[in-house]
Amino acid sequence: MVGIVGYGVYVPRYRIKTTDIAEVWGDTSGRIGKGLGVFEKSVPGPDEDVATISVEAARNAIKRSQIDPKDIGALYVGSESHPYAVKPTGTIVAEAIGCTHDMTCADFEFACKAGTAAMQVTMGLVLSKMIKIGLAIGSDTAQGRPGDALEYSAAAGGAAFLIGMKNPLATIEETVSFTTDTPDFWRREGEDFPSHGARFTGEPAYFRHVGEGAKSLFKKTKTTVDDYDYFIFHMPNGKFPIAMGKQLGVPAEKLEDSLVVRQIGNTYSGSAMIGLARILDIAKPGSKIFMVAYGSGAGSDAFSITVEDAIEERRGQVPTVDDYIERKTYVDYATYAKFRRKIKALG
Amino acid sequence: MAEQGVAQVWRRIRAMYRIEGNKCETCGTHFFPPRPVCPECRRKGKLENYTFKGLGSIYTFSIVRQAPDDFKRQMPYVVAQVELDEGTRLTTQIVNVDPEDVEIGMRVRACFRKIKEFGHSGIIVYGYKFEPVMKVTGHKQ
Ligand SMILES: [Zn+2]
Repeated sequence: MVGIVGYGVYVPRYRIKTTDIAEVWGDTSGRIGKGLGVFEKSVPGPDEDVATISVEAARNAIKRSQIDPKDIGALYVGSESHPYAVKPTGTIVAEAIGCTHDMTCADFEFACKAGTAAMQVTMGLVLSKMIKIGLAIGSDTAQGRPGDALEYSAAAGGAAFLIGMKNPLATIEETVSFTTDTPDFWRREGEDFPSHGARFTGEPAYFRHVGEGAKSLFKKTKTTVDDYDYFIFHMPNGKFPIAMGKQLGVPAEKLEDSLVVRQIGNTYSGSAMIGLARILDIAKPGSKIFMVAYGSGAGSDAFSITVEDAIEERRGQVPTVDDYIERKTYVDYATYAKFRRKIKALG
Repeated sequence: MAEQGVAQVWRRIRAMYRIEGNKCETCGTHFFPPRPVCPECRRKGKLENYTFKGLGSIYTFSIVRQAPDDFKRQMPYVVAQVELDEGTRLTTQIVNVDPEDVEIGMRVRACFRKIKEFGHSGIIVYGYKFEPVMKVTGHKQ
């Protein structure tokens, strides 16, 4: 059966507190971060981008899986912050992790669900026996316009999943998607920062697509909330996944462990995938996982996953999600602005 | 428009991305950057490509507080000589640590970073830098 044969994550070391961002824009009440359910967010160093984050996550995935990177037949990097507009991030990653040149590679884009779209494509290639192992990466260094609501959550991080058939540490039973043309969030070519439909991002966008994706997966797998031990919903903030869980009748304790957004913010293409990685870090063999990733524009990818016995021998090889969350150093707004190129005079 | 430096960067990609050097099979010495001949064994030497494990210790270091324009955003930063476990030394930046916490003998591992950019429209050069070894929950020696 097709499944996850290895996974790894990367979260940059720097953090900024949402209260520090709020103070710059004149809010000292501390309400904004609390309201969003985001207390701090990760900030990439000045020499980090989607290529470097993807390489770190991919190296962790390979080390955990103990596969030969030459067995990787397809590599896809999903992101909305690829370092080049034209020139694939995936080629840089493939060379850095020691892949063969006889492989296929491309960059994916679908707002925050480009990485899970890459998981679905690699599953198809593995199941059709076109490749032995596929590497699907979701990684972002998300930017919010200074002063915009997005600035409180837009963060950096990534996750890499190796998809294959041999000795998986978790099997993927089923995946479904739900896709419509919904302009809730976008960025035009050449623009530094994205635009969004403000209130429009909730009901008709996130909740409709995640909700429909979830219902469709329940129907296709003939399962209910009770059949699963863990749930992961895309985390644009700390509020939306909890509200989604309530709508679907998911008990809070089944969602709690995935909510990495509170400490690292929304890592966009990395968001749901890092949530999944955190569950894989702690789940016992036999646990059932239900994940729905969401991408603006809009669509959702839903997965039903079962943790296998092999997971236990693959732990302790590479840093866990919590190891990365705990490795942190705070920066103030001025340093954050310097790192994120918000100071134009520095080029 | 043809870009300056692209061929030079491209030729060094494997060395820069993976710390790929070579090893003399005759005397067992490792080289980084790779050497065309072993200075000890000369004609008797047999050089094979070798990818370094990327683990080592800080041999010596310096904190850079006045940097060229390309590196201003990173000031202050640490440049060190790292002695790799295979026994060769290289010069590299140390990241993911506050400069005042860096010490001689500190265990470090290779990570992947952006080295420089040829302006806003030019190529981006990637390669190794080093960082302190990380905590791994559940790791048994
Ligand atoms: Zn020799």
